[in-house]
Amino acid sequence: MSDIVLETRGLKRRFGAFVATNDVSLTVERGARHALIGPNGAGKTTLINLLTGVLPPSEGQVFLEGEDITGLASFRRVKRGLTRTFQINQLFETFTPLETVCLAIAEREGIAHRLWSAMAGYARVVEEAGDLLARFGLASVMGERTSILPYGKQRLLEIALAFASRPRVLLLDEPAAGVPEDERHEVLSIVADLPKDVTVLLIEHDMDLVFSFATRISVLVAGAVFAEGSVAEIAADPRVKAVYLGENA
Amino acid sequence: MTMVQQEALVSRQSSDAAAEGRAVRLMKRRSRIRIYEIVIWLAAVAAYFLLPSKMLILTEIAILALFAVSLDLVLGFAGIVSLGHAAFFGVGAYAAGLLALHYTAEPVIGLFVAALVAGLLGFLTSFLILRGSDLTRLMTTLGIGLMMAEVANQMAWLTGGADGLSGFSLNPILGLFEFDLYGKTGYLYCLAVLFVGMMIMRRIAFSPFGLSLKAIKSNPMRAGMISVPARKRVVVVYTIAAMFAGIAGALLAQTTSFVSPDVLAFHRSADVLMVLTIGGTGYLYGGVFGAVLFTLVKDALSVVTPQYWMFWIGLILVVLVLIGRERLNRWAAYLPERLSGKEREQ
Repeated sequence: MSDIVLETRGLKRRFGAFVATNDVSLTVERGARHALIGPNGAGKTTLINLLTGVLPPSEGQVFLEGEDITGLASFRRVKRGLTRTFQINQLFETFTPLETVCLAIAEREGIAHRLWSAMAGYARVVEEAGDLLARFGLASVMGERTSILPYGKQRLLEIALAFASRPRVLLLDEPAAGVPEDERHEVLSIVADLPKDVTVLLIEHDMDLVFSFATRISVLVAGAVFAEGSVAEIAADPRVKAVYLGENA
Repeated sequence: MTMVQQEALVSRQSSDAAAEGRAVRLMKRRSRIRIYEIVIWLAAVAAYFLLPSKMLILTEIAILALFAVSLDLVLGFAGIVSLGHAAFFGVGAYAAGLLALHYTAEPVIGLFVAALVAGLLGFLTSFLILRGSDLTRLMTTLGIGLMMAEVANQMAWLTGGADGLSGFSLNPILGLFEFDLYGKTGYLYCLAVLFVGMMIMRRIAFSPFGLSLKAIKSNPMRAGMISVPARKRVVVVYTIAAMFAGIAGALLAQTTSFVSPDVLAFHRSADVLMVLTIGGTGYLYGGVFGAVLFTLVKDALSVVTPQYWMFWIGLILVVLVLIGRERLNRWAAYLPERLSGKEREQ
């Protein structure tokens, strides 16, 4: 019996008459490197939004470690160990990376409601933030305003921030999207070096990255799961080639 | 482990330690006192000695500043627009007036009671602003403000209705400092309360709580994704802001020995929003700078054109908003860091 950490049952999301997510039942095993691929408009980001509570589903349920989290707000899911990055950076533009990561750690430690002592007073939190930023190659820019950082650095902060919450399940929505070629390897090596005990669900267009990173692949087409299997199975599946890989061939 | 690996490990550890140390230093620098803060408090004390005939307008400025700074907690930090902040100011004023009239004329107790009553109203109404867009919140707060004004008007048996609340006088502050005819004690009293209030709000601003408020304002979706419980935080900050607005109202009631129904008027909510727009949001002192500028300009204009001063205030506001605070901030960025107050929002 394998250990299922994230599961959806009959997940559906409609926008008016358009069905963005159609009856998706997905299971992600603990420690997996699971990739979610599919052509543009297949509903990958919508699915991530449903998993993380950014959008409520029209039907169906989401389970995290066996518990129904369908009705939970985003911040409660994060508290339970499920977090994500965004395809388009969602950062606090006026913050410095240091402030950003400090806040995430403070929330994780349950001290961010405190209003009577300065953030600087929590040396443990600030040190951990400095440490984390250094590991993501952001030590030199930790005191700069986020909005002026190069895109690649912002992308790294996007991942570092998700990481600061110490997720057990991490959903990466196209982590290398829009990163210029010369900054790309930095993002990719961070993704490749993520700790093995963190379960990762990755949305990605870059097939090289998917095949080198993932152990299991789900193919999403028109909002529904079209195929699922190991990397070898998906790579050999002629139907997948036709609908998806054909694009790149 | 080879020598090279060992060296790499050591250098990595030391660079991490360097990053930790730098993080702590940067974070400490964030909350240090800036020169403009010291200047403004020295100027406020100096005004007491240099402008003995201007005590009333100085008192007005101090009260308006406290009121505006309390709105900054809500608007500049949590990003909640309000057109009804006078509800808390007015309720605080009435609470202080009624307390002095019927129970005790000790001013400091009056402040606490006003804070309590206004805070309770803030807590209860905070649940109404949790949902919806800026426009919804603008209308909700406006509605609450209008309702409070009408309630005060109708409950004439308690509030004096349109005549206002009068016939009370305050005891010496803490039994030591008696209010004088020239308003000297009144000014120092208001200044002291403003100072204490500012120091409390400043502490809140640099706390993890204050940082989480700015995150909610900056990007609510991401704030949720680092597990910031936005609603809880908004309820807390709205209650705190209401308490300080109530204290500002109490100061007005105590220093004038009168509560006019005007304390709940719509224009007071609009004025304070204007004050904050002039001074800038998100760094607290905008409320102080805005209150000084607004009151002085209003005073000067009403001498020059007693009937049309509102026109000029309106013009200044339009020009200020059109030029944009970013551009003004870019000019300020050329100042040394301690002078420029980098914390302010763009």
